[in-house]
Amino acid sequence: MPKFEFPTSILSRPVYGVLEARAGHQHLMIADAEGAEAILDIATPDLMAKTHIIYIPKGTDFADELRALNPAQFYQGPSYAASVSRIQRVLQDAAMGLQLYLAGTEGLMGQVQSEAMKAGIPHTAIQTEHRGSTARRMQCVHCKGITEDVATDPFQCSHCNLNLFVRDHYSRRIAAYQAVCIDAEDPGYVPAQKGLYE
Amino acid sequence: MSGAEKITVRVTEVTSLNELVTRFRFERLDGALLPTFSGGAHTVVEMKDGDVTRLNPYSLMSDPFDQTAYTISVRRDDEGRGGSLFLHNSVRVGDEMVISNPVNLFSLDLRAKKHLMIAGGIGITPFLAQIKQLDRAHGNWELHYACRSVALGSYVDYLTSTHPNDVNVYYDDQEQAIDLENLYSGQPLGTHVYVCGPKGMINWVRGKAAELGWPREAIHYEEFLAPQPGKPFEVKLAVSNKVIQVGEQESLLEAMERSGVDAPYLCRGGACGMCETRVIDYTGNFIHRDHWLDDEEHSSGEKIMPCVSRFEGKTLVLDR
Ligand code: FES
Repeated sequence: MPKFEFPTSILSRPVYGVLEARAGHQHLMIADAEGAEAILDIATPDLMAKTHIIYIPKGTDFADELRALNPAQFYQGPSYAASVSRIQRVLQDAAMGLQLYLAGTEGLMGQVQSEAMKAGIPHTAIQTEHRGSTARRMQCVHCKGITEDVATDPFQCSHCNLNLFVRDHYSRRIAAYQAVCIDAEDPGYVPAQKGLYE
Repeated sequence: MSGAEKITVRVTEVTSLNELVTRFRFERLDGALLPTFSGGAHTVVEMKDGDVTRLNPYSLMSDPFDQTAYTISVRRDDEGRGGSLFLHNSVRVGDEMVISNPVNLFSLDLRAKKHLMIAGGIGITPFLAQIKQLDRAHGNWELHYACRSVALGSYVDYLTSTHPNDVNVYYDDQEQAIDLENLYSGQPLGTHVYVCGPKGMINWVRGKAAELGWPREAIHYEEFLAPQPGKPFEVKLAVSNKVIQVGEQESLLEAMERSGVDAPYLCRGGACGMCETRVIDYTGNFIHRDHWLDDEEHSSGEKIMPCVSRFEGKTLVLDR
């Protein structure tokens, strides 16, 4: 799958790089869906011998390929929500020198980054690579509810049903972009919905 | 006027700690309270030594919340340009002096889960204030302190008696050394390292951390560079329209100040970036000594940090 180039935007918008193997005694790689390909791209037997992979397939079939890399530990989770307690535990037990690699959707990378920051890793020390869906994790600034995998703009809040405009303003702590009511002044006047980046 | 705001103080105690180190206590002349600060901050002390005025930074070592007085500990440097010698030989209880408001270029990262402090010699001073700050907040810290000998181990008794479980002392003359590799291994995620001491120690602590994959943001260091003497040189200041001579024993910043040019500064030790000055033209070589500019900027010939760096050559024209 070709990599999507996000248009440049405001400073608040996260930017992602390309994973590279770094020095360290312990490596933690967390990916969802096509993020698996970013791990496959940098995997070497040496690196994998020190790597714990946590993978959420989201309906894709990369899990066997990742398992075949023979990492020190491999865990496949059915969803992020189901995997987060394991991620927290691994971070809690980790020592300095741990290298953290995130790949896949923005929602997954953002949420793990927020857990990692709480565990004491500076966000600038975390490697990320975007792969796959460009859908976003959005927070409604009005009701504070989170809507996952938003692919259109505007969209309807899955909690309070307001019509929301997708902003690039991002919260690292909440791991979500901010969404603001688009028809507050003229209720019912909602521009036609289109895909993100269209 | 450049630099942090000034405070006029009286020297209320001068205490000799050992052969090399003396402690000075400053209280405000007007009897008011001093500003609080954060552990790791320094003050710039003004020293009028005959017709030379020196401004040297010293780490504040007193309790950051004690507003009645500031204390600094100064190691006598017989080789240096005389700031520490002046303090040791000429400053007496009752003297009036001018110091600056505290400036912190070595603050604790309070997001850290644990603070791992590594001190060499007189580099212990900022940690004394940081430890007081962390104790008040029930912070998690550990100190590894290398000194030359028992006789020169400033504050060792105080530290080991107040914090017997958190302070580890190493004496060079007993061939004790910090086992850095071992110390680093197994430190919990969120540990930050702070190092203050000689250049070799700072490089060693930073280098080993990088090798083991520690994030750069978790490593904090402070090295006060005293300006080094060097060959005299001439500088043209384009904005002030002056040609000045920088003497052997003074820094470029000091020479500008002596000539009545109000040049910006904060740390006077090559660390803060405040004095950065654009080079308009030059023929010769720069002697860059700061920690501020990167290697590329150093070789570009476009910038100089006048507080610690010098020049050798025919012409130097600065945008000042
Ligand atoms: S005054 Fe701080 S770098 Fe020169």
